[in-house]
Amino acid sequence: MDNGFKGSAARNEAARARLLRGLLPALSLALVLAAIAWLNPRAISYFGFSLMLNLAIPIALATIAQMFVIAGNELDLSIGTFVGFVGCVTATWLKDAPLIGVLILVGLIGIYALLGALIHMRNLPSIVVTLGMSFVWQGLAILVLPKPGGKAPDWLLAIMSFKPPFIPFPIIAALLIAAVVHFGLMRTSYGVILRGSGGNPAALRRAGWSLLKTKIVLFALAGLFGVLSGMALIGITTSADANIGNGYTLLAIAGVILGGGEFVGGRVSPIGAVIGALTLALAASPLLTFMHIPPDWQVAANGAILIIVLAARVLISRRER
Amino acid sequence: MASLKTLLTKPWIWSFVGALLVWLATIAFTGGYGGGGMVTAALSLAVFTVIVGVGQMFVITLGPGNVDLSLPANIGLASAVAMKVMGGSDAMIVVGLLAALACGAAIGVINYLLIWALRIPPIIATLSASFIIQSVDISYGRGLQIKPPPGFADFTNWQVLGIPVLAILTVLFTMGAAIALQRMVYGRSVLAIGQNIRAAWLAGVKVGRIRFLTYTLSGALGGIDGALLAGYFRGANVDIGNEYLLASIAVVVIGGTSVAGGKANVPGVWGAALFLVLLLTMLNTFGVSAGVRLLLTGLIIVGVITAAGGEKAVR
Repeated sequence: MDNGFKGSAARNEAARARLLRGLLPALSLALVLAAIAWLNPRAISYFGFSLMLNLAIPIALATIAQMFVIAGNELDLSIGTFVGFVGCVTATWLKDAPLIGVLILVGLIGIYALLGALIHMRNLPSIVVTLGMSFVWQGLAILVLPKPGGKAPDWLLAIMSFKPPFIPFPIIAALLIAAVVHFGLMRTSYGVILRGSGGNPAALRRAGWSLLKTKIVLFALAGLFGVLSGMALIGITTSADANIGNGYTLLAIAGVILGGGEFVGGRVSPIGAVIGALTLALAASPLLTFMHIPPDWQVAANGAILIIVLAARVLISRRER
Repeated sequence: MASLKTLLTKPWIWSFVGALLVWLATIAFTGGYGGGGMVTAALSLAVFTVIVGVGQMFVITLGPGNVDLSLPANIGLASAVAMKVMGGSDAMIVVGLLAALACGAAIGVINYLLIWALRIPPIIATLSASFIIQSVDISYGRGLQIKPPPGFADFTNWQVLGIPVLAILTVLFTMGAAIALQRMVYGRSVLAIGQNIRAAWLAGVKVGRIRFLTYTLSGALGGIDGALLAGYFRGANVDIGNEYLLASIAVVVIGGTSVAGGKANVPGVWGAALFLVLLLTMLNTFGVSAGVRLLLTGLIIVGVITAAGGEKAVR
């Protein structure tokens, strides 16, 4: 990776670097998959993927939720405990009194929208507000479900254990999530406005768009995907626990960044975020298990992957200039 | 009256007022019983938040996006390192403290190296570092149930006339930090960088060196905090630092330091730390369940932040 190319080749080189950078999330996923295939060829099968990607759907949904927040130049440090609380509601109210359960979940999306409005109107640091909210969600989760338990609604269990022919369900779900969010955020005109609210808020405001509205929409979308993530999680684990989602806050941030997202400037990628989430889901436990690395080092593997991918990105960006 | 008015304009006074109100509410509930003991306990616990809070304050003052998310993992690892080096022997206390300090400082150095070499936002750098530190700690500290040396445990719990000695030392340390912030080239440079990193660079501030020093300082303070916590609670464990992620950021913000950077406040860190600790004591005294306690803590933090409001954006 040297900078020896000069002159007319330079522009070609820059374009190639940009392409490479766009492909980086997919390359990291391919690399992890290749490593798994090499270590344990039997894992690369319908059954293997269903098993390995078991928890990928809720992680991907939580990552998308975080991505919406990051698109508006904010950060949500409460998404993990929020997912946990949604899980507790899903395993209790949604099963026993579906109407109240649905009302609570819709209300939660409303609270997220309000948080967005609050952060914008009072010009508050989202890190602190969401850190505070993480305590609120955790407290509520413990109140709803003091001991691990509850049970997922049957329809949710049926959806999550769906076994389509040929392609494992988690892969189909991931493709679907990526496609829907990609279309909404990258291909619609309001999606452009939403990303613009992170990219150049001053310009958007001068063009007459309401920044309050964009922030509310972004946070409401984050709430929506957080709710979906919590429900999906309970559909897989079948019962809930107040701490079930705690690890998701950091996983979700890592997933967005792995997927090519940036903290400022509204530069996010829904497809990248889903790929980032899949990479983390695979690298965290299946890969380590096959490499006979003790589970102690699972968290470190996430950190190391993050650092390696970011280092690769720096090397590529250097050529982009 | 004039002096009272100037006092009320200070941003840090409100955190002390809050702490006082919470304290009064609690002793009103107990009928005046245990008011003094509560202050002693609050001072002992606030110390740990103040130490990391000061480190976090310097980091946050560097400007938007600067925050040290590796503190909890750092505290956990340093507490294990300190206890292992001390090995339960009074003779090794100083060596153990130095080891914890070095461990924390090394983590700070790694944080800055990641930020500098990978040109990534500090949040992600300290986050990835904390993932790795956490694993190192889990695997290093597995089954490690080493008690602190009796002398060290006594020292961290030592009180003179109801005032914890550790709190007195921490007050001296925070005075030093305030002087460093307002009167020394280092502190002025941190403030300058936070106000406008480019202007600071053009004015000749050694931006890279100052940021390096600040992350190392925050790491070192996290390390020493881990050792002291292990002494106070008579044992190290992986989760010992968990609550200090929220606490360190919250005390900085509640204490009147600007999250946008460039404006810091040392006394406010003390006020906010006392406020948070007394708040927990109050909720415990009221006998609320763990769920309600978490819920109220979160709501009060969000409420305080909302009431304090953010900086008006400069455009």
